[in-house]
Amino acid sequence: MSKASDAVETVETVAIRFAGDSGDGMQLTGTQFTQTSALAGNDLATFPDFPAEIRAPAGSLAGVSGFQLNFSSREVFTHGDAPDVLVAMNPAALRVNLPDLKPGGILIANTQAFSDKNLERAGYSENPLEDGSLSAYKVYPVDITTMTLNAIADVGLNQRAAVRSKNFFALGLVYWLFNRDLAHTERWIEAKFRAKTPEVADANLHALRAGYNYGETAELFDHSYMVRKASIPAGRYRNITGNEALGLGMLAAAELSGLELFLGSYPITPASDILHFLSKQKHLGVKTFQAEDEIAAVAAAVGAAFAGGLALTTTSGPGIALKGEAMGLAMMLELPLIVVNVQRGGPSTGLPTKTEQSDLLQALFGRNGECPMPVVAAMSPGDCFETAIEAVRIAVRHMVPVVLLSDGYLANGAEPWRVPEMSALEPIPVEFHTQVEGFQPYNRDENLARPWAVPGTPGLEHRVGGLEKQDGTGNVSYDPANHEHMIHVRQAKVDKVADFIPPTQVFGAQEGDVLVLGWGGTYGALHAGVSKLVDEGAAVGQVHLRHLNPFPKDLGDIMRRFRKVLVPELNLGQLAMLLRARYLIDVVSHTKVQGKPFKESEIVQAVRALLEGTR
Amino acid sequence: MSKYPNLPSTDASALTRKDFATDQDVRWCPGCGDYSILAQVQRTLPELGIPREDYVFISGIGCSSRFPYYMDTYGMHSIHGRAPAVASGVKALRPELNVWVITGDGDALSIGGNHLMHALRRNIGLKIILFNNRIYGLTKGQYSPTSEQGKTTKSTPMGSIDYPFNPVGVALGAEATFVARAVDVDARHLQSMIQRMAAHEGTALLEVYQNCNIFNDGAYAYLSDRRTKVEHELKLEHGKPLRFGPKNEKGIMLDRSMRPIVVEVEDVGEDALLVHDETNPTLSYLLSQLLHPDFPTPVGVFRCVERPSYERMMSAQVDEAKRRKPGAKVQQAIEAAHIWTVE
Repeated sequence: MSKASDAVETVETVAIRFAGDSGDGMQLTGTQFTQTSALAGNDLATFPDFPAEIRAPAGSLAGVSGFQLNFSSREVFTHGDAPDVLVAMNPAALRVNLPDLKPGGILIANTQAFSDKNLERAGYSENPLEDGSLSAYKVYPVDITTMTLNAIADVGLNQRAAVRSKNFFALGLVYWLFNRDLAHTERWIEAKFRAKTPEVADANLHALRAGYNYGETAELFDHSYMVRKASIPAGRYRNITGNEALGLGMLAAAELSGLELFLGSYPITPASDILHFLSKQKHLGVKTFQAEDEIAAVAAAVGAAFAGGLALTTTSGPGIALKGEAMGLAMMLELPLIVVNVQRGGPSTGLPTKTEQSDLLQALFGRNGECPMPVVAAMSPGDCFETAIEAVRIAVRHMVPVVLLSDGYLANGAEPWRVPEMSALEPIPVEFHTQVEGFQPYNRDENLARPWAVPGTPGLEHRVGGLEKQDGTGNVSYDPANHEHMIHVRQAKVDKVADFIPPTQVFGAQEGDVLVLGWGGTYGALHAGVSKLVDEGAAVGQVHLRHLNPFPKDLGDIMRRFRKVLVPELNLGQLAMLLRARYLIDVVSHTKVQGKPFKESEIVQAVRALLEGTR
Repeated sequence: MSKYPNLPSTDASALTRKDFATDQDVRWCPGCGDYSILAQVQRTLPELGIPREDYVFISGIGCSSRFPYYMDTYGMHSIHGRAPAVASGVKALRPELNVWVITGDGDALSIGGNHLMHALRRNIGLKIILFNNRIYGLTKGQYSPTSEQGKTTKSTPMGSIDYPFNPVGVALGAEATFVARAVDVDARHLQSMIQRMAAHEGTALLEVYQNCNIFNDGAYAYLSDRRTKVEHELKLEHGKPLRFGPKNEKGIMLDRSMRPIVVEVEDVGEDALLVHDETNPTLSYLLSQLLHPDFPTPVGVFRCVERPSYERMMSAQVDEAKRRKPGAKVQQAIEAAHIWTVE
């Protein structure tokens, strides 16, 4: 028999999931594998899935943290429906994640953690590694903990600290399995630990190499795998999460408009990383204000908008519930303001670390009175960049607050992102009003936008407020006809945004049997599903909406070109409700509300049911 | 890269009271204490040497919060309780602006208690005038967080069972760096307090005892009535002994348990009296607890200490960050990650 490592099987796409206790470093392990795969030229998508608790009790089902990565020599759109490889660091991780593992998939389990106590905590009466219950999978029991301790014995860390290097052993082993180079992770370890804790640097390096060498020599696996480079468009790439891209998009919009960026925010999962990111960008002139609560965060942003800043507030659904009144104020004041909702599972506190799309109607209607607001949504982590810029364009062009919807999946998920060139982006024209003659705070231009006259400008002193005002002068007015006029003006102003929305792109069939119409973070799954059907020759098209209020002007016509319109959403059919109300088209709603993204296969199945007339 | 209009400032020395009045009809009830406060603000601002366009008045909701409509400056009538937060955004972004907050006892201490407390804690440069009439006026007469216990109102037909807030005590507890009190009808004293707060760096809170002649008339009659005022008013002056009374014959000293007591100066001698010190937090708090009718009511500056303001430190951090990375551009932030090239 030839030496194990000699045999290499080339595969197209692999999904791998690392799972362990929330303290086991699974997010780090996944991130390292992601970066190394990106360097190897794969296209990829990731999905971190972690508990709300920072450190749930060790070994418990609630404490399981996972990171899934889908990497391929083809273009990928999702983190993969079902992992081909599962690395389970303990019984709880196995129990939670096994149902997702593909039949015949590879399971690497850390045997040391399968103690009686841990088995009991995970609800196993027998050790599944020994009772034959895993016969449907290729099971590789590896004593990761003990081998890690042996490998780093000479570094001199105490047992407790030494055990923490075991994720690098697991990473090294998986690197071997997929013929990956260790260099990137070695450099990362050096940069991260060498200066401050050289012994931790040594321990992690030894563990990483020991894991790799174990794969090489142990003849555990009969062969290893190779995923070749993907043919992705040429250019310079980086990996990016949705929250980072959103922060960068706001920075870019500030530079493109010449406005000073001001963020008022209050910590909330999964939006806090935007606050963290922008807090580190002070050298670009950003001011970040961590407010005492969600209301103060948006109120301070409204103040900054009045003062002439590019005002931003970032939060998640529960925070939006609190911000509603101040958002209404911004609408009445007709000031530009970006309100970001990184949606999570609701209602109430709901599922803080899980994804959902259930705040769409809240974004459109969640305020007292007739209070329309433009709403845009990002469709991939990298797309958060462009969506942020688009939100700012709308806000300053029409002098209106804009809601930007992201979600937990986009926020924490990452994808390779072609680095944009700032010089290639259209500037965002903004002029503060300075002309004293004829100035009235509620004069309007052709877009119904009022002048932005900021404090410090001589001769333009004026008052604004939440009370109804007379158009033009802005004076308080209780006149019934004026009120109705203003209600219509504010609506018309938001409707006018549609004049600037580019023609809608339809992917796949331009007319035919089924249009898959989605919005937000489900793009990847929907696109993967539709691509598959299109490849099979089905007359299926896809539209993914960035603009949810107002809708693109051509949307109704596009929907009518298809026999059926399928609207998959991670809620109970909120977009479907809007489409029916607006277009009187009986769209088919397809929903899932589990705190998890769609799978490609779920979309394919739903479309097939329509094609075959079984639904 | 500042985009703000860079126009020459107007001449602040030529400003008069009239320059700060708008053409809007003032819609407070005739006889309301708010009129005096508006007048004293309009009289004082021209003396501060600040161009009119640099003033911003932000209010919340309530009778007093109509104030910005009557000031010909930049202004915003915002939402209930949130004025300090809105104003914080203005001041943090544009420290060069002169930002005032107009609020009432319900607005500042009930629905907006959180924002008031945190503005004071941060020491952000807001000048907050708190109109305390101890009642909800705009909603027509419910008890407020400063209403005395037992008060019978529309919402407390059997008397309020709430213990009231003491705004000065709350402000001191929130680490405010400037806390003062004045009475609406004492025009000259009120003006001097407005001047003092304007000169302060950081958050300045002025509580104004304000009469609501419709729903809580005479709440402070003992201080506003000339005949009783001298008996009940203790004017605080830094470095001066705490004396009051028609002939300045009474004083405040501490007994052996450190409790304040009212004494005849003649009996104890002036050296035995407490001497006001605006920088002594213990004394400031003790003074805030001198409550009518057992004690005279202190008016004036309870506390005034120097501490760098939030907006100054925020700007300093931005400047320092820029100094460390001169000429930084967003393109660099976009590329501040591991970059690889796909051919």
